[in-house]
Amino acid sequence: MIYLQLFWEFFKTGLLSIGGGLVTLPFLFSMSESHPEWFTAAQLGNMVAVSESTPGPIGINMATYAGFNAGGIIGSIVATGALVLPSIVIILIIARAYEKYRTSVLVQDSFHIIRPVSTGMIFCALFTLASITLFDQMHIQLIPSALFVVFFILCMSFKKVHPVVWIALGAVSGMALL
Amino acid sequence: MSATLWQLFSSFCKIGALTFGGGMAMLPMLEKEVVERHGWASEDELLDFYALGQCTPGIIAVNTATFVGYKQRKDIGGIIATLGVVFPSFVIILLLATVLNAFEGNVYLLKAFSGIRIAVCALILKSVISMARKSVTDIASIFAIIIAIAVNLVLGVSTAFVVLGAIVAGVIYHLVMNRIRMKKEKGSV
Repeated sequence: MIYLQLFWEFFKTGLLSIGGGLVTLPFLFSMSESHPEWFTAAQLGNMVAVSESTPGPIGINMATYAGFNAGGIIGSIVATGALVLPSIVIILIIARAYEKYRTSVLVQDSFHIIRPVSTGMIFCALFTLASITLFDQMHIQLIPSALFVVFFILCMSFKKVHPVVWIALGAVSGMALL
Repeated sequence: MSATLWQLFSSFCKIGALTFGGGMAMLPMLEKEVVERHGWASEDELLDFYALGQCTPGIIAVNTATFVGYKQRKDIGGIIATLGVVFPSFVIILLLATVLNAFEGNVYLLKAFSGIRIAVCALILKSVISMARKSVTDIASIFAIIIAIAVNLVLGVSTAFVVLGAIVAGVIYHLVMNRIRMKKEKGSV
């Protein structure tokens, strides 16, 4: 039963995360609300850090971790498989006529709307993570918020620096200040 | 000569194991393995696959692997290449998850992760800004992002439904744009 649920949730995520990068995040955050026994929003935040510091696509890392938490090794296989299944099927269909798809005006126009929406959804996922990281029951927490501002300024000013550097600095400042 | 299934698996394994962060970070590795080393696709084809991967559902790394694998060995090639790109992350995360769960409750680790989550918030905000710069370019896209955020945060509509709504809105936008384009054409004749 848990495997069926895992399959369905990650299949949905694979099917609807359009645009690459962090687009799986908002789906995972809503999963943490509907299935808190699989993983919490805080664990998900930790996992983003682990994903940024280990090789491989973030979506795969997340599916493996969440599946493992929810249902052991079989759970992680089910979740990862379900996540990639829609991509494989869709790409194998599109690969047969990829010139037509790529130049299709319908596809280009639709993505003009879908891309900003995917971006907005990642912003909402950030909102969820920030609400448990920077706020405590609606009260803003001073030190975490100040750290956030410092990190934001740093990573915007040194764009070439690998995320793993900021994550390591986050770990050190967390142990020292929090 | 087309690639063997084992070559596809091992090459994509290597790409999966050496790409940190996913997304754009994968392109240089793909160029080296797929274009330079094996000649499985040309530079242009790879960029096409990559762009297509961005406008199809799912993870770009997986989409690109499926494309290249399909080009070499049809359906089975697509599946094997995908398994290859997924395999390293899968194993690494399984190991890490076991270790992390064993240390859960350790005070220093908890503090470290509280700090890490703050850095992660900053990194996500940075990604959102760079994505918005590329995707929010005119009035229609500004409307799209504002409505999407409002519907999700204020009305509590789930991400899945917001994205489904975006697909429908995208098709409607296409129909409207077609009308406008047709009118313009008529006007210019």
